[in-house]
Amino acid sequence: MFEGLDAVFLARIQFAFTITFHIVFPALTIGLASYLVVLEGFWLATGRQAYRQVFDYWLRIFAIAFGMGVVSGVVMSYHFGTNWSVFSDMTGPVLGPLMSYEVLTAFFLEAGFLGVMLFGRGRVGKGVYFFSTAMVAAGSLVSAFWILSANSWMQTPAGYAVNAAGQFVPEDWWAIVFNPSFPYRFLHMTVAAYLATAFLVGAVGAYHLSRRRQDEAARLMFSMAMWMAALVTPVQVVLGDLHGLNSFEYQPRKVAAMEGHFEALQNGAPLHLFGWPSSEERRLKYAVSIPKLGSLILTHDLDGPVRGLEAWPREDWPPLVIVFWSFRIMVGLGLLMMLVGLASLWLRWRGRLYRSDGFLKLTLVMAPSGLVAILAGWFTTEVGRQPYVVDGLLRTADSASPIDAPAVAGSLTAIVIVYTLVFGAGAFYLLRLMGSSPADVALEQAERPTRVARTAAGRTKP
Amino acid sequence: MIAGVPLDLAFAWGVIIAFAVYAYVVLDGFDLGVGILFLAIRDAEKRDTMVNSIAPVWDGNETWLVLGGAGLLAAFPLAYAVVLPALYAPLIAMLLGLVFRGVAVEFRFKTERWKPFWDAGFMAGSIVAAFCQGIALGTFIQGIAIEGRAYAGGWWDWLTPFSLMTGAALVVGYALLGATWLIMKTEGGLQERCYWLAWPLGAAVVALIGVVSVWTPLIEPTVATRWFSWPNIVYLSPVPLLVAAAGFGLYRALKARHESWPFLFALGLFTLSFVGLGISLYPYIVPRSVTIWEAAAPDDSLLFTFIGAAILIPIILAYTGHAYWVFRGKVGPKEGYH
Repeated sequence: MFEGLDAVFLARIQFAFTITFHIVFPALTIGLASYLVVLEGFWLATGRQAYRQVFDYWLRIFAIAFGMGVVSGVVMSYHFGTNWSVFSDMTGPVLGPLMSYEVLTAFFLEAGFLGVMLFGRGRVGKGVYFFSTAMVAAGSLVSAFWILSANSWMQTPAGYAVNAAGQFVPEDWWAIVFNPSFPYRFLHMTVAAYLATAFLVGAVGAYHLSRRRQDEAARLMFSMAMWMAALVTPVQVVLGDLHGLNSFEYQPRKVAAMEGHFEALQNGAPLHLFGWPSSEERRLKYAVSIPKLGSLILTHDLDGPVRGLEAWPREDWPPLVIVFWSFRIMVGLGLLMMLVGLASLWLRWRGRLYRSDGFLKLTLVMAPSGLVAILAGWFTTEVGRQPYVVDGLLRTADSASPIDAPAVAGSLTAIVIVYTLVFGAGAFYLLRLMGSSPADVALEQAERPTRVARTAAGRTKP
Repeated sequence: MIAGVPLDLAFAWGVIIAFAVYAYVVLDGFDLGVGILFLAIRDAEKRDTMVNSIAPVWDGNETWLVLGGAGLLAAFPLAYAVVLPALYAPLIAMLLGLVFRGVAVEFRFKTERWKPFWDAGFMAGSIVAAFCQGIALGTFIQGIAIEGRAYAGGWWDWLTPFSLMTGAALVVGYALLGATWLIMKTEGGLQERCYWLAWPLGAAVVALIGVVSVWTPLIEPTVATRWFSWPNIVYLSPVPLLVAAAGFGLYRALKARHESWPFLFALGLFTLSFVGLGISLYPYIVPRSVTIWEAAAPDDSLLFTFIGAAILIPIILAYTGHAYWVFRGKVGPKEGYH
């Protein structure tokens, strides 16, 4: 199955595979944790039962997503060492502290309060329960802060020196943590996680609305999701533009690959909508383009000069087709999501938000749009950094562990089998939970408190 | 300096990582032990109770493993870069075992038809993870060869009679932690069953500690010198004596049907084994190849992270303690997951 492939390539596939599976769950966790805080807060403030109903509904889904995020995340935390030992040795003094802070400030916080959030409603007061929910959400955001700082440092390294052993060593922690691309990447990803969650929540609401128009919980989740879509997708488009400008300044090679620009263009680069970049022919085949728009987007000037891939040696080019197309998938989905948000505003104004069958179907189809856009975005930025793992400084090919191809092929096979089974089952259970009606969940929940209260009060002998 | 040990940042980080590993071993140890005990306990309701006893805390317990990994990367990147490739196969197997164990906790309550499958996954994942951790420990004790800044051994070096023995020993040890945890957290038939299981498990753990203690100095002369040379033998004699005392205490506590003491004595056995291990391996972070000081990251990295660890670890212990307090007392089959 893997004959003829070298160990580094297999290790790259293995890393890409495990992190692609992983990132879906933290993205959902970030979005759902914050959503649950909002729901619990509104429930406490207004006493309206629908908020609590929606909270209980999504809490069960959150629990599974969180569990899958944790187990796939533990794999990631050891993966740097098992398969990328040279990278670990070289960057450990800079990236290790960032990841340690992630564990100390975020992972423990999430884990420490998750138990109360999932199982503790009958055992603690309302204040402690709300606080626990908020801490889990805070933990998910703090986690994003540190890991995106670490990733951004690999994209735009700053604040370091190189010691005699060849290791990157810290010179200025502030410059390392707040490296040039970090603020953009952090905001872009956090908002992406919120939107991906909103589109999932909206789709589930739409599904149940299409079956029972009067379902109050379904209306509530659909309405809240569409407010997010309407108000936050335009913000995300602006953030994406700012992120792009930052990449254009600090990682022009990546941007040239994203845009499909081969030659330098001194007075106005076109925007290539579609095409097929060929590194052999050194041109974009079958290009469909809009003149000058590329420069307008990248330089905010119709005649702004734009560098092409030819400015760098061929061996420094990233894999062009993946970068070019994953970028278009992300942008295309993002724009589509914004259209859905705007359409929801119009329907809401016309009083038809919950009644338009076509719109409910559209939002249902858009359920995975945010998650797919996140994956496409990460493929763009990570593959776009190749052939470097620390941009411009450390090549991916020089970063791997001294492990033979058969060993990596064996582990990759095992990982593919286990992940397919485990996460396939997880996706199935998640979909089934999302398919169950909020009203049924509420009935089931209503039978719980008495029993929990009894066991809590009657059997607390230490 | 105390007794020739420089009390600097590198040493402090050695202590922090040792603490994280210790916290992981005893905390996730009882979680994994509960999974291992699925081998002996088949009754559906009892199994629900067993999983509910760890459901609110297993995730936090596993986080200590992540701290161990991230802390090692930050403080001793060279050790992280050497030890992990050396343990490639057992580590990948351990991680996949933990994947199965972790998701099975969630999934087994989501399905009736597939519950036996996820129960098997919970059990097998726990056993594989524990066994591989024990193999990793054995390999680590035996020493890891390096050349330049990279692992220089073969891909099957971890597979030795000694490492297989330590693998089995950790499975038995975790099972003891799990059984005594369940004695503390449950009542009725399940508790009764765990009292019965704790007897042979406790005896086996004490015997296996003896086997490791004899075998290790035999394969590694420097360990023999450390323990048996004069006057070390006097200073270090409390360790084996306390092991004997803890074993006897466990025996008495089980006989007297105490509910919490068996768990505490089992923790005592683990703690003493861990201290003994530390005495044998010091000052190496990659045994007999790289010392703590040779692998240490620059002081800037150590200090930046140490400040955070010194402030945050006490806070973490406080709110983790709070979580255990909220879920104190006995658990039943219906509490937690449904």
